[in-house]
Amino acid sequence: MKPQTSRPSRLGSPELTAQGLRKVGYLPNERIASVVYLGEQLAKPVLVEGPAGTGKTELAKSIAQMTGMRLIRLQCYEGLDEAKALYEWNYKKQLLRIQAGQANGQSGLTEAAWSDLESDIFSEEFLLSRPLLTAIRAPEPVVLLIDEVDRLEVETEALLLEVLSDYQVSIPELGTITATQTPLVFLTSNNSRELSEALKRRCLYLYIDYPSVEREKEIVASRVPGIGERLAAQVSGLVHSLREIDLKKRPSVSETIDLANTLFLLGAEEITPQLAVDTLHVLLKYQSDIEKAAAELTTGSRT
Amino acid sequence: MDVSLAAFVAELRAIGLPVSVSENVDAAAAVAVMPMVDRASLKSALAATLVKNSDHYGAFELVFDVFFGGRRIGADAQAGQAADGPATDAAAADGQGAGGSAAGSGRSVVAMLSDAELADLLLRAVLTGDQMLIRAVAAEAVTRYAGFEPGRAVAGVYYLYRTLRQLDLDALLERLLALADSAGLPEMDRRLAGDDYRRRVDAVHTEVEAEIRRRLVADRGAEAVAGTLRRPLPEDADFLHASQEQLVAIRQAVQLLGRKLAARLARRRRHQRRSALDFRRTVRRSLSTGGVPVDLVFRKPHPAKPEIMLIADISSSVAAFATFTLQLAYSIRSEFSRVRSFVFVDGIEEVTGIFETAPDIAAVTQHINSGTIAVRLDGHSDYGTVLETFWDQWGPQVRKRTSVIVLGDARSNYLASRSWVLKSIRQRARHLYWLNPEPAYTWDTGDSIVSEYAEHCDKMVECRNLRQLREFVEALD
Repeated sequence: MKPQTSRPSRLGSPELTAQGLRKVGYLPNERIASVVYLGEQLAKPVLVEGPAGTGKTELAKSIAQMTGMRLIRLQCYEGLDEAKALYEWNYKKQLLRIQAGQANGQSGLTEAAWSDLESDIFSEEFLLSRPLLTAIRAPEPVVLLIDEVDRLEVETEALLLEVLSDYQVSIPELGTITATQTPLVFLTSNNSRELSEALKRRCLYLYIDYPSVEREKEIVASRVPGIGERLAAQVSGLVHSLREIDLKKRPSVSETIDLANTLFLLGAEEITPQLAVDTLHVLLKYQSDIEKAAAELTTGSRT
Repeated sequence: MDVSLAAFVAELRAIGLPVSVSENVDAAAAVAVMPMVDRASLKSALAATLVKNSDHYGAFELVFDVFFGGRRIGADAQAGQAADGPATDAAAADGQGAGGSAAGSGRSVVAMLSDAELADLLLRAVLTGDQMLIRAVAAEAVTRYAGFEPGRAVAGVYYLYRTLRQLDLDALLERLLALADSAGLPEMDRRLAGDDYRRRVDAVHTEVEAEIRRRLVADRGAEAVAGTLRRPLPEDADFLHASQEQLVAIRQAVQLLGRKLAARLARRRRHQRRSALDFRRTVRRSLSTGGVPVDLVFRKPHPAKPEIMLIADISSSVAAFATFTLQLAYSIRSEFSRVRSFVFVDGIEEVTGIFETAPDIAAVTQHINSGTIAVRLDGHSDYGTVLETFWDQWGPQVRKRTSVIVLGDARSNYLASRSWVLKSIRQRARHLYWLNPEPAYTWDTGDSIVSEYAEHCDKMVECRNLRQLREFVEALD
């Protein structure tokens, strides 16, 4: 157990975190700000989960922008392996080095020459650093974003564990490389599968749901400059009501912004039911969803 | 603080949340570094360290409310009122005693209002969205209507019922909607206002519930109340005995589970076996490393997908279970070459078509529950006849790649079992499974003939909740 009280904080307090995020255009709720602050204080990665399009990736980017730290991003996908996530030896360069040695007349390799060569080709010069190692080796503090971690296979997930809990990477030929500056780590997941207990245990957990009507209205107002107060309120109210219908894919925040933009460009002052039905395709991407929502909107208010 | 944190974690574990020792330590550390501005800070700190699954958040919230429900931290406004809670409740219940007592300032004003005035006040509070006022009215309503009896070990359901009967939230909503109608707003605004009011009235409901919980806690202590409020997590709730709201929670959980299982099955299928070396591509790739085959390339496996036939008992006793299983099967149907489903009570019918044309699972359930299909005589399940009919009509379509899954409690109402049908199915099909929603200790009691059928199945599985259902599907191949 590391001593974890009164570390000098780069973020200050949850309050200051929230203010900083607002300044760079990300409107956090109280929980988001608190968990981000805690992650930094406890030197623990933050696992961010939630429906698509609620600003999970955006959060990490905004933190980087707010603190002026470099953002290192590892995009996860099925089939990602050590060589692409951690580090890789530069085979081609190593081969060249051996062949160059042979050309120089060392054809009859003695025992000593070989061990020289071996320690030479397994030195840092021949190491290709991938995102995780880059983040660990960085001399300045960085933000590490591990995006869509649920796309990894369960077995591959394990290679993250050492980095996440101890901020170090073990390379058999070189030894262990430990971070000098604790990076701020964010993992995002769309919840398409259950992540392993081991991974969850090492992280703080933050679930970002669809924002409340008021917060979404603020988001719309800040992302679509010039939009009227009334239109913004209507857009967020409409989207919120649509999310309560049982749809295949609920409209995300980015789609709310798209709708607000569309209406703003159309020069609409307010949404009429007809206009709402006409612009539904901005929000909903399945024909069956559109039909359902349109039916809901045209039948008049529910009782 | 530390004492109550330990009790809090113990309660979370009792509900079934997997809280490890290291997470418990993290929670303590988080509480230490977090500036405690208000109750929400504590909640965020605990939630981030203790709850690692969004499905469990609701359960966490309930326990949090019981343990830290506004008495100890940030209870400034309610402090006076909180302290005299149960004591004046008793007095208020049999008369106008509360008004005379030296209660908190907000309380005494509210307490002098008549019932109708209280309803008006609530209407105003909801209209303006004044949380403090709503809270005060909810507190007063509980005092007046709940008939709180200190010392009784109850979960407060009856108090809630009595309070809400008097407070009449439906009438409140009606009045709000009438206001919106008469305000002459454009149609869209009216609709949105209506939806907004519905949410606000729901919030009043929640507030009343919370208030009753706070009184229970003040009366008997957090740990005792948490014990009586304990409810299983959605994945542990028994299909056959779930309450209405649990059924809703299960339905949502099934959707999510379907998505996760589909992803997992697809992945496993692709990675299950190492396939043969792709010699040509390996040699081609080795050219970039001077002819040394550093990276080996394998052929992509293309395994065949299995076919599934589901035969589900939808008689009233097990209908909920059948619906969830069918729903799950359909949400992962992309992972099978074909899913066919049959439902039966005492007659059997194929419903595959309904699933394919219906817009969503609700429509399917409605259709199945309409009671016109799969019933031949009296609506008591008759396994023997049903199995025989299935074999006569669809038997020839059971093939080597087909897995047959029967869903039901194997309670035959003392009719003939005809278990030879299962034997024939098993000879022809790849697998024959039986999922039974009854607890294993009740098998073979009464008219249950589980063991007679189990003899012919590859597996007879107890499947009472989502967790067991999930385990079964994960092991499926």
